[in-house]
Amino acid sequence: MTSWLDATLVLLILTSLWLLGSSRLQACIRAVAFQGLLVGLIPLLSKWPEISLRLGGVAVLSMAIKAIVLPAMLRRAVREANVLNEVQPLIGFTTSLLLGIALWGLAMHIAGRLPVQTLNVSAILVPVAIFTVLCGLLLIVSRNTAVMQVIGYLGLENGIYVFGWAFAIEEPLLVEMGVLLDVFVAVFVMGITMHHLSREFDTIETDELSSLKD
Amino acid sequence: MLWFLVAVPATAALLAFALPWNWGRRLLLVACAACHVGLTAAAVIQRPEPVLNGWIDLDDASLLFLIITSIVFLIASFYTVGYLAREGHRMPTKPGEDAPFVNFPEAVFTGCLLLFLAAMTLVVVSHHWGLMWVAVEATTLVSAPLIYFHRYPRSLEATWKYLVICSVGIALALLGNFFLAVAARTYETSFHLAVADLEHHARQLDPLWLKAAFLLLLVGYGTKMGLAPMHTWLPDAHSEAPTMVSALLSGVLLNCAFLAILRGHALLVKAGLGDFSRELLVLFGLASMTVAAVFIIRQMDYKRLLAYSSVEHMGVLALGVGIGGVAGYGSMLHAVNHSAAKAMLFLAAGNTLAYFHTKSANDVRGVFRVLPVTGILWIVGLLAITGSPPFGTFLSEFAVLKGMVDNNRMLVAVFYLIALATAFVAISATVLPIVFGNAVKDSDHVTADGNSQPFAPIHLLYPPAEPLWSIVPPMLLGIITLIHGLYVPQELSDFLHRAAIATGAE
Repeated sequence: MTSWLDATLVLLILTSLWLLGSSRLQACIRAVAFQGLLVGLIPLLSKWPEISLRLGGVAVLSMAIKAIVLPAMLRRAVREANVLNEVQPLIGFTTSLLLGIALWGLAMHIAGRLPVQTLNVSAILVPVAIFTVLCGLLLIVSRNTAVMQVIGYLGLENGIYVFGWAFAIEEPLLVEMGVLLDVFVAVFVMGITMHHLSREFDTIETDELSSLKD
Repeated sequence: MLWFLVAVPATAALLAFALPWNWGRRLLLVACAACHVGLTAAAVIQRPEPVLNGWIDLDDASLLFLIITSIVFLIASFYTVGYLAREGHRMPTKPGEDAPFVNFPEAVFTGCLLLFLAAMTLVVVSHHWGLMWVAVEATTLVSAPLIYFHRYPRSLEATWKYLVICSVGIALALLGNFFLAVAARTYETSFHLAVADLEHHARQLDPLWLKAAFLLLLVGYGTKMGLAPMHTWLPDAHSEAPTMVSALLSGVLLNCAFLAILRGHALLVKAGLGDFSRELLVLFGLASMTVAAVFIIRQMDYKRLLAYSSVEHMGVLALGVGIGGVAGYGSMLHAVNHSAAKAMLFLAAGNTLAYFHTKSANDVRGVFRVLPVTGILWIVGLLAITGSPPFGTFLSEFAVLKGMVDNNRMLVAVFYLIALATAFVAISATVLPIVFGNAVKDSDHVTADGNSQPFAPIHLLYPPAEPLWSIVPPMLLGIITLIHGLYVPQELSDFLHRAAIATGAE
């Protein structure tokens, strides 16, 4: 299954770049939903064929949350709060993509310094996880709409999941804790949906949330 | 016994959500806080047995932070009762805000306040990395509605920032927990992430993964603790939250996150990697102190001023632990003193805000004349927070300095003193005019015939200036920090030393 796993990981890199490069909100929601699906596949592929009930259950559950529930909530939030279908980045898409490639180098560098060999998994799993985390962080800081920040946060979370499922699955309950991060996402989305952000600012841009600064 | 510490406030919170009467709810809040203090006192007298395989335990460090949490919460709850009675039933309009704002329903507010206490208690008593992480996340979620109590755009902005920045920090802390799990499993055996288990096997953990884990935990929980450069949520949240929430955030929540970092530090020390974690703590400590000192200068919003001062003091805490030795002890003492002094200042600031209806330090003058007790509280708080004798902060900051000199870290000591001195001058420069200045508007309002017409907006006329609930709680806090400055009993000193040792000071 290693080749399948590697293929999934490569797809994961591509979805991260897709997120960085797309200018449409709907496309970004699709990308992050697809990413959630891939992330759910990784533990199944990397442990194949010894899939315990727990592993399978957690994987399926998280795929359901990340690929179906949260994206649906996001779409609804976008619809109800009348968010423009544009990403409105602080830095351009080309720059974002170039930065993304630089982040891949950084992720390889970090992973190279960690003793990954002992872990007995695909060689690119750790760098891909770190790369996904870094791309999520980049999205959060470089996009100024609340919805895009939530999408960036989902990306960050997906990276953490990849890591957790590959290594920390033996630890009871540790991976399941990751689901609690989705609570944050749900809270964010609810914050947007409940019109607070759009009603009081007439727009969901967090850029306009800038009366508090020094 | 330990279960009760968490269960009592959690149950009370559910009750608070359900109760239909506001007064019953306020009574419940105080009763629950008093009960929590009682349980804590019982735990001091007889140390309870660990529960849940030792995942929930009370060591000296836990106990120290539990005492701080419990007492500050009780004192703040008295203030809350008065505050809600004043703010709860009317819809105040803030000058400078466009629209009148409504408050969050009081049931939700009180309920979240109690859940906040439960979550913070869980943070300090948990001795399992996963459990602690869950508790820290819970503190973030339940404190967000507290910050957004006054529903208006600025507080919404502060809440959004708080949630986004802290949730990223918490996500990184989870990654740190995963790294810990990897560090524990790279060798043949695999251990649970219980703090005691890991510390027991510390030498067998993979050092590289462990270092990476600590870095992530430091950045993650450091976000929550308000260490620079991850502190950016802190001034906004503290300045926009209702004042006793600011006091709790600053006096208690930051400490809880600090304890989480201390657990990581203790683990690295046990694993023989103490130098790595110490250097990082010194680095972040100095960065926080420097950033805070810069932003304190000419900070014209007095609640933001206090918030930046919290960043500075979190820097002192991290620095003290990073230096180790007697500075580690100083750090523990400083945690106590800072909590008391900062909570007191925030409550005094709340009184000032309620009277003058502005947070701009330029528009508030002569507090001493109109609110004499609050004026005295400001001055006492100013002396306490800037580390002047005879207050406890002087002793604790001095202990940290002594640790630096003992360890021959002269350069660090120089930076430390410069930052402290800058903060001292800058905070005084803002606070002294607030307290003693002439009521500025007097001269502006001289009428044509030369009679001076004192500036008296309508809101200055009605409420009794200083009800007891608004001055006794901060006074109690002031007395706590004063006592620590005059006399630290031997038992307390021994206890703080033990707490410092439990968290990695040698």
